[in-house]
Amino acid sequence: MLTARLTFILRRILQAIPILLAIMIINFLLLKLAPGDAADVLAGEAGSATPEYMAELRERFGLDQPVAVQLVKYLGRVAVLDFGFSFRHEMPVTELVLDRLGPTLILMVTTITIAVGVGSLLGVLAAVGLNTWRDSFISVLALVSYATPLFWVGLMLILLFSVRLGWFPTSGMETISAFHTGWDRVWDIAHHLVLPALTLSLFYLALYTRLMRASMLEQQGMDYVTTARAKGLTDRWITFRHVLRNALLPVVTMAGVQVSSLIGGSVIVETVFGWPGLGQLAFESLFARDLNLLMGIFFLSAVLVLVVNLVVDILYTMLDPRIELS
Amino acid sequence: MTHTAPITPDRNTPNPEPTAIARIVSFWKLFMRNRSAVVGLVILVCVISLAILAPLIYPTDPFRMVGRPMSPPLDGYLFGTDTLGRDIMAGIAHGARTSLMIGLIATIVALGIGGLIGGLAGYYGGWIDEILMRVTEVFQTIPSFIFAILLVAVLTPSIENIIIAIAVVSWPALARLVRGEVMSMRNREFVQANVVMGMADWRILLLQVLPNCLSPIIVAASLLVATAILIESGLAFLGLGDPNVMSWGFQVGAGRSVLRQAWWICTFPGIAIMLTVLAINLVGEGLNDALNPRLREREQ
Repeated sequence: MLTARLTFILRRILQAIPILLAIMIINFLLLKLAPGDAADVLAGEAGSATPEYMAELRERFGLDQPVAVQLVKYLGRVAVLDFGFSFRHEMPVTELVLDRLGPTLILMVTTITIAVGVGSLLGVLAAVGLNTWRDSFISVLALVSYATPLFWVGLMLILLFSVRLGWFPTSGMETISAFHTGWDRVWDIAHHLVLPALTLSLFYLALYTRLMRASMLEQQGMDYVTTARAKGLTDRWITFRHVLRNALLPVVTMAGVQVSSLIGGSVIVETVFGWPGLGQLAFESLFARDLNLLMGIFFLSAVLVLVVNLVVDILYTMLDPRIELS
Repeated sequence: MTHTAPITPDRNTPNPEPTAIARIVSFWKLFMRNRSAVVGLVILVCVISLAILAPLIYPTDPFRMVGRPMSPPLDGYLFGTDTLGRDIMAGIAHGARTSLMIGLIATIVALGIGGLIGGLAGYYGGWIDEILMRVTEVFQTIPSFIFAILLVAVLTPSIENIIIAIAVVSWPALARLVRGEVMSMRNREFVQANVVMGMADWRILLLQVLPNCLSPIIVAASLLVATAILIESGLAFLGLGDPNVMSWGFQVGAGRSVLRQAWWICTFPGIAIMLTVLAINLVGEGLNDALNPRLREREQ
């Protein structure tokens, strides 16, 4: 069993390689598509440049070589995680991006936990009280949060909870001037985290609620439920011990699929709340026309999606041993 | 019950074809039974009318200053004015045009790409399917919103490029759907008969297979319009909208910095986005129920 799982993981990693390669090529093509190359950018920074200087710059960056050669060199650099230099931040892109990964992960993990946890709970409540006011209310809530743009939810929450009520800070990840350490700092970050995490999780909450409701309803019609009922088990016991466990499977799959869109959502939420993660970095690089940096973030987020999908697949085989590893 | 089709229709003896009008009437009756879908349709019709009438109601450029900056709602202007004294309601009316147009055209482009790739993959199978599905998988792995941002940033923000970006990130799901539908049709007798008749592949695909798997595609496309509007508003909010065109996302983004002093600037355009997207989603679900009546009964 263990070796089967290991070969499964290994094969999945091998399958991810061509996808990564394709994403790298797309990245490169976009870089070529952009008006102006690195030499233009540098020359622009310097204010003026002679054609000789431009030619020299192009030669230094290898921009005078054929596109195919440039592509191979680019792939070689990306393979060792070298995404070039961010001219705005005067730092290597890799360093910058890894620096900002932490806050984004905090935000995403919190969001997934809230969305899957509360979403499943609401879904179960809706399914148990099918066609009652509770079910309708939860369904309407899901529909509305499905249709609401994230940035607007964020702004409205700021308006209500920060401006009017003053309960939570409007932006940032911590009160930097306070120099908190230890648990104080954790508490401070958690305090700042509430609104962004709530904003980002609303949409997914709705998604998991609907999914869980449908999944519960489907499972309730299964033969094993009839058997359990025939054994004389109570409804509550059947719902929570039998149906719930099986109904969770599609929710787990969906959590993996949604990570990709979650990253997109975090760009918006981080921008609205000034959360110092990858999304905000992407927003900043957008305005500075720092394409190197934007490409680095794009690539890293694609890698993140691949990794999470792999983890979800492994988790899935553990939750449901019937799934063939082959 | 309005539909009286037998549960197991006999495929060999053709049923008397209901006329197009009869079919539309029965579809309409099914659709009208769904109350939330009707509500959605009413809202959507209002938004569409607003978009059509915008140049008549607000003939001046929505970017033009008309009043005192940041005057509150109902103080001369229904929803107030923004930081530069632009009428917010005029912006919403003109923004409706932008949102609906981008949503619709991006969906049509995505349908074109997704339909072509999914259709080819499903119809031919084999290595063509293998390659096309690998490509689709790559595009599905890429975080779509960041990809859209990147595309617009690289191509420079304009209506055309925003449409391209939204279509490029939206087609994979449609391709998968079309592929599945075409695959299930591929070996049906009427398709085989066309092959034997020597009909060209593209004609079979376009004239025989596609019309038979239209309903799930219509439903998916209608929901895609809603998603496209959300993506567009997100891009515009981040400052990646076409600078010459008024849009709801731009309005919210522009009012962000004065949220504390002037809540109305961000609030009303946001409500417009929400209502429109909600309406399209409701109509999409209504279409789904009306086009697949059996599915609906199973769910209940």
